[in-house]
Amino acid sequence: MWRYAIPVVLLAVLGVFLSRGLTLNPTYVPSPLIGKPAPEFNLPALKDPSATVGSDVFEGQLSLLNVWATWCVGCRQEHGFLVELARSGGIPIYGLNWKDDRDTALQWLDRLGDPYVASAVDADGGVAIDWGVYGAPETFLIDTDGTVLYKHIAPLTAEIWRDRFVPIITEKCGTFPCPQGGPGRQGFDQSE
Amino acid sequence: MIPELGQFALVLALCLGLSQAVLPLVGAHTGRRDLMALARPAAAGQFVFVVLAYIVLTQAFLADDFSVRYVAQNSNTELPVAYKFAAVWGGHEGSLLLWVMILAVWTLAVAAASRAQPAVFTSRVIGVLGIVSVGVLAFTLFTSNPFDRLIPAAIEGNDLNPLLQDPAMVAHPPMLYIGYVGLAVPFAFAVAALLSGRLDKNWARWTRPWTVIAWLFLTIGIALGSWWAYYELGWGGWWFWDPVENASFMPWLMATALLHSLAVTERRGIFKSWTVLLAIAAFSLSLLGTFLVRSGVLISVHAFASDPTRGLFILLLLGLISGGALLLYATRAKLMVAEGGFRLMSRESFLMANNILLVTATGAVLFGTLYPLFLDALGLGKISVGPPYFNLVFLLPMLPLALLLGAGMHAWWMKMKGAALVRKLAWPAGLAVAFGIVLPLFVFGQTSFMTAIGVIAGLWVCGAALLDPLRRLLRPKQGMRLTRAHWGMVLAHFGVGMFILGATVTSAYNIETDRGVSPGERWETGGYEFLFRGVRDVQGPNFDAVEGEVELLRNGELIALLTPQKRVYRVQQSPMTEAAIDGRIHRDVFVALGDSLGGGAWSMRIQIKPLIRFIWYGCAIMALGGLLAATDRRYRHVPERARAGPAIEPGAVGEA
Repeated sequence: MWRYAIPVVLLAVLGVFLSRGLTLNPTYVPSPLIGKPAPEFNLPALKDPSATVGSDVFEGQLSLLNVWATWCVGCRQEHGFLVELARSGGIPIYGLNWKDDRDTALQWLDRLGDPYVASAVDADGGVAIDWGVYGAPETFLIDTDGTVLYKHIAPLTAEIWRDRFVPIITEKCGTFPCPQGGPGRQGFDQSE
Repeated sequence: MIPELGQFALVLALCLGLSQAVLPLVGAHTGRRDLMALARPAAAGQFVFVVLAYIVLTQAFLADDFSVRYVAQNSNTELPVAYKFAAVWGGHEGSLLLWVMILAVWTLAVAAASRAQPAVFTSRVIGVLGIVSVGVLAFTLFTSNPFDRLIPAAIEGNDLNPLLQDPAMVAHPPMLYIGYVGLAVPFAFAVAALLSGRLDKNWARWTRPWTVIAWLFLTIGIALGSWWAYYELGWGGWWFWDPVENASFMPWLMATALLHSLAVTERRGIFKSWTVLLAIAAFSLSLLGTFLVRSGVLISVHAFASDPTRGLFILLLLGLISGGALLLYATRAKLMVAEGGFRLMSRESFLMANNILLVTATGAVLFGTLYPLFLDALGLGKISVGPPYFNLVFLLPMLPLALLLGAGMHAWWMKMKGAALVRKLAWPAGLAVAFGIVLPLFVFGQTSFMTAIGVIAGLWVCGAALLDPLRRLLRPKQGMRLTRAHWGMVLAHFGVGMFILGATVTSAYNIETDRGVSPGERWETGGYEFLFRGVRDVQGPNFDAVEGEVELLRNGELIALLTPQKRVYRVQQSPMTEAAIDGRIHRDVFVALGDSLGGGAWSMRIQIKPLIRFIWYGCAIMALGGLLAATDRRYRHVPERARAGPAIEPGAVGEA
């Protein structure tokens, strides 16, 4: 009877997907945003809801935008590194607090340290959609003119920072960290 | 020189495994007794050499032999000795060796306990276990050799991952593996039944205790993992639906379904092909779990260092072992003829519903776990599936399951009158509803619809479980004797009820605050008073820590002195939070140290979690119930007729 063959067929289908999965890197997502201007936004700030954080903060210096949430285990994992990175002072980090609860988010920063210059509250996730966010955590590297240079999905680690971010930054500025005021060579060809 | 001995022992074990995998199966097929007789010696020999390899690796850890790459990666001279034993399975290679050793122990146990069974059957079982063992041994030797040398040797080791340096984490992997690997035994029984084309009640009687033992270890293993996550991640959560947690949970769900299906097959001689399918599926899911954890196809917080070669190897293994078994199933399952039927109103129906709901839940968890991979493979984008999905799709089948469970325990086999069941259960059901609504209101002052449902379900399951023992206690004259298996069922289901109560109450009435506190500061949270005395530096064997002292008071009286720590492990420089917990049966007070705020002030997370211990006590009681059920008389004493003739005989009369 054919119904007894259903399980083995299901396993075969599963096997095809799993073997396909082996050749994919779950942490790599090409972003169509790279090389394009960062999507604009203007959102309430986490610490002070009456103030706003907008995409204009990226102007004039290389910066990071980190998408985070307290419900995200990976964010918890990378948080220590972010705090360390912020402490080293090499680059300003902005946060996009994604679909989160304000109080919990504030408690989290209180307890674990706050690496962000400012965090924007994206309560309904609308801005995250503009930015093509698949899941937290994601980290964008943004150029002085607001162009997206690089996007990393999954927790940031010292290794990934060293291997993927630092080379791009060094290429932009000649050194790492960048000298005050952004890249040394103004007018550097952004399109590469 | 000694590590090479370990490697040599593994090679010998592989050779013996090959003979164990091939010769007895050929013997059973051709009827050659001499080949079948090789099954036990081959299994015993394999066991000896695998254990030898394991001892050699342990010795390398104890001797700080950093010329062995695996030891250098996972140990350190300062690592306490107890953790050196645990470090043997702290990484990918060693944990595989543990896997193989546990399989060897299971095989030896099956070989030793099956002398009363017909040789054709046991040869097939041991042969199938041999195939699994060869697969994993080859995987170990060819892709993940724990004895690989590091030349020149490292002067100091990289230390064991600090997350694993914890008593619960020492016990968690072995328990989990005993369960995971133990599912290979029902799998082998199922394949042996398919090979012979015959399956009767004795087969089910035989398979059941092994399944229960594997299941109870899996239960303990998962509970320990959850308990560890609760206090070690400094987080206060106890389940995260992480892919790796799901990888251990899916075999558990399937094994639970298998247990219940086996009960029907043992008692009534029906659900045969279904039971066989569940046995294959349970072990396949544990292999799939191995694949997910070690191949790097999914993002998870506790995946091993990933390597596509390893992934491919496990996938081939999964295809060979599960694919082979399912192919066999496709061609032979039709031979498993039911020995009877049943009415709609019967215990069989309840158990069938149990199976359908558990398999649905497994499917939903599997789908959620693999969904990101499916989309990615189809080029449809990348997403992650979070707790909201899992909580919903898991609760949907689990709620009816809890309701049916209470009634199913009291239903009769074959057929019964619905009115009798209603009469018996009206009181417990009424009480569960009344107390489920009133108790939370009385104790916590508020409730919600979902909370009430959860509490009612928990009380209902607990009450229904205790009904028979209570009736026996109140009316001893009626002469109802409860067998050990019955007590096992009562306890296991009572554990399920406790678990439901714990999970519901703790998520509904959890109090959680984070605050900055200065030395000498007193504050109140959830009816308790706290006094922060300040912090001091303490030194561990391989870590430095800051330890806070917090007095926990109630009505001015000191209940406990809590000492949460923030540790920095010296070698890996990774910070770890050690929460301090005052645990009582009815609640946990959980204090974790955050960051220094300067001037002696610290941020602190305080949580009060009512009934959270019920979650783990419930699991422990489930496991205890399993132990009772597995050691019931009928499994300890082989019935005379089974001894006299072949057990695997069509139509043999088995009485459960």
